Amino acid sequence: MATALKEWVDKQISVITCDGRNIVGQLRGFDQVTNVILDECHERVFSMEAGVEQVVLGLYIIRGDNIAVIGELDAGLDAQTDLSAVRAPALNPVVHA
Amino acid sequence: DDAAVVVVEAMIFYSFFKTLVGQEVAVELKNDVALVGKLHNIDQYLNIKLLEAKVVDPQRYPQLTAMTSIFIRGSVVRYITIPKEHVDVALLQDAARKASKS
Repeated sequence: MATALKEWVDKQISVITCDGRNIVGQLRGFDQVTNVILDECHERVFSMEAGVEQVVLGLYIIRGDNIAVIGELDAGLDAQTDLSAVRAPALNPVVHA
Repeated sequence: DDAAVVVVEAMIFYSFFKTLVGQEVAVELKNDVALVGKLHNIDQYLNIKLLEAKVVDPQRYPQLTAMTSIFIRGSVVRYITIPKEHVDVALLQDAARKASKS
């Protein structure tokens, strides 16, 4: 599997799930169907009314079917954004139709 | 070999996208998110890795602004926009013809 997530192991990553959630944590493991183990993760809840709410989750396994995007979180860029000032609607869920 | 679980056909599109590695592409996902970036890698499931990636509408999608390297699961891709100059149409048609014969 050429596009291996191997290089991101132990790095901070951000996962967008198929139901539109954003979960950030440290990648510990993955497999060929993109099941992912995220350590020390938290969900970032975006809304138009208030700043980003961060919900602590802990150690999670996210099933590959439910993953849309995995991004390497650039620590510098992420530190620059004041999450409490961000207002954005929630992401749309993935629609397979 | 776990890879045998997926039906491996002629893999025309996999081979085609391998020739586009290094090119700038635009990817639209089934959750309407649009991204652009350099195609770094693609696999048999058409999972895509984009480098130097940016989201087309950063105001609407701040969730993605801090990501510059992005892995996209093949199953959530709606469209991939590619540079026309890099497409060898004749080769593709030929491969498709061969695949439909077998």
